[in-house]
Amino acid sequence: MTWYAALGAVEQGLVYGIMVIGVYLTFRILDFPDLTVDGSLPLGASISAVAITHGVNPYLSLVIALAGGFLAGMITAILNTKFKILHLLASILTMIALYSINIRIMSGPNVALLGQETVFDAVIGFGVPAHLAGLIIFGIFALIVLSFIIWFLGSEIGQAILAVGDNPQMIRSLGVNTHTIIILGVGLSNGLVALSGALVAQNQGAADVGMGIGTIVAGLASVIIGETLFGCNTIARAFIAALLGSVVYRLAIALALGLEFGGFRFNPSDLNLITAVLVISALIAPNLKKRLMQR
Amino acid sequence: MIGLNGIVKYFHRGSVNEVFALDNIDLQIEEGDFVTVIGSNGAGKSTLLNCIAGGFFPDSGKILINSQDVTAWPEYKRAKLISRVFQDPLLGTCPSATIEQNMALASLRGKKRGLARGVKSRDRDRFREELKQLGLGLDKRLLDKVGLLSGGQRQALTMLMATMLRPDVLLLDEHIAALDPKTANQILLLTQEIVKQSKLTTLMITHNMKHAISFGNRLIMLHQGGILLDLKGEEKKNLTVKDLLAQFYKTQGEELALDSLLLN
Ligand SMILES: Nc1ncnc2c1ncn2[C@@H]1O[C@H](COP(=O)(O)OP(=O)(O)OP(=O)(O)O)[C@@H](O)[C@H]1O
Ligand SMILES: [Mg+2]
Repeated sequence: MTWYAALGAVEQGLVYGIMVIGVYLTFRILDFPDLTVDGSLPLGASISAVAITHGVNPYLSLVIALAGGFLAGMITAILNTKFKILHLLASILTMIALYSINIRIMSGPNVALLGQETVFDAVIGFGVPAHLAGLIIFGIFALIVLSFIIWFLGSEIGQAILAVGDNPQMIRSLGVNTHTIIILGVGLSNGLVALSGALVAQNQGAADVGMGIGTIVAGLASVIIGETLFGCNTIARAFIAALLGSVVYRLAIALALGLEFGGFRFNPSDLNLITAVLVISALIAPNLKKRLMQR
Repeated sequence: MIGLNGIVKYFHRGSVNEVFALDNIDLQIEEGDFVTVIGSNGAGKSTLLNCIAGGFFPDSGKILINSQDVTAWPEYKRAKLISRVFQDPLLGTCPSATIEQNMALASLRGKKRGLARGVKSRDRDRFREELKQLGLGLDKRLLDKVGLLSGGQRQALTMLMATMLRPDVLLLDEHIAALDPKTANQILLLTQEIVKQSKLTTLMITHNMKHAISFGNRLIMLHQGGILLDLKGEEKKNLTVKDLLAQFYKTQGEELALDSLLLN
């Protein structure tokens, strides 16, 4: 792997790390497996791209994207809590609906941002070399999101969110409306995922309706890698691990794509397969280990 | 204080599995009453407490607490007035949160939660003081995760958490049933002390006849969703385990001879 490819992987790890933080919030903290993210990532991308092409400030477009993602997450959570639809199914429904919505937003399957001002132009304006701009911007955003989520989960509301995932009966009998908390949490998670998508779109110069495919699997893979390598015994540590897990995951993918076995090479389109296999092995490894120990 | 007027509760109404769990319950409980609740398995004791706490709504009837009609209040809203301790020690606390985080959660029972820090440094001393009362050494373990504690320690913590903000009503559903005899006794004494100290209006479900008689100032026996026996004052004081058992035999017939409560 070239130094340049490694730099690109770290960059990707940081920007998708924002998505992974969102996935950690639903998957691990709220115990709410949420596939909405496959739709809310391109939602964020399309909102931001369309806003920018309409002359909206690129930073402001991030805020709108975040709000859009938040709304999408809220819809999934409302379907689950108020209408008693299984969380997985509720999130698949929102995800599918978002596919059409994203095409509506973009008036087509994609929008290019060629020649438009993006958040990267600001740092490049400061004299930062263009190839480092992504790293810096993504690093700053990832750190802001990371600090925010750790701070937020330490608040009274945040502690209630943790409790909802841990013991909903207990926190309800302490006066917390668990539905409201789930709606807030899943909303926040998807807001972050959309923010991540918006940043990706600004970086690659286009939003595409297909860019969300496999988001949840990549998110889970990063979460699992992070937990395994960096631990998760406190909330702060768990979220730092999620972000680092995302970076390691992107590096591993870049490495895998660079491998060559006697003429065989992985294609970028093999990425979802590799990731799925990775997640599956991580999920069955503990089980397998137990069985082997029993023999 | 607590008024239950004509409470009826069915489960799976209209299906083959229909259960008639509460049969037109009328019960007035005065401020400061400590009521022990007995009855065989399936008599409707937990259902009664759940109706008061808002775990589910009655099919008909009215529930008043402090002369407010709370019948339509969801469970989280009634938490302002009510604290509960369940039989399962795992239900009362968050395992992956620390002791101090659990106590902080409980100290906001029924209050608005905002963006202030969940655990405030000024609370820590108070938490430590309260934990000292338990005499289990938990005051030195504020930062330990509750999942590390034993069932008895967790239940003691739950008792404390249920009462650190004085509830108008305390509901105990066989809260010592899962504990070993020694720990059970400790928690029971703790319960009595806390109830006395704060003059809490309490309902305590138990399968232990001795406890039912020696604790509290009022005893009710449920049977098939109805109140079969309601003893107060002198009547309750003069009650013996033998009397109570006789009541059980009378209502249930011999086939209940192996019921867990007779083994006590
Ligand atoms: N959620 C529920 N769904 C269906 N039936 C229920 C439910 N909860 C309780 N029941 C039924 O209602 C009746 C009363 O149950 P309840 O749990 O109140 O009994 P209990 O007096 O607490 O018994 P135990 O001493 O065994 O705890 C039982 O027949 C029970 O099967
Ligand atoms: Mg019961």
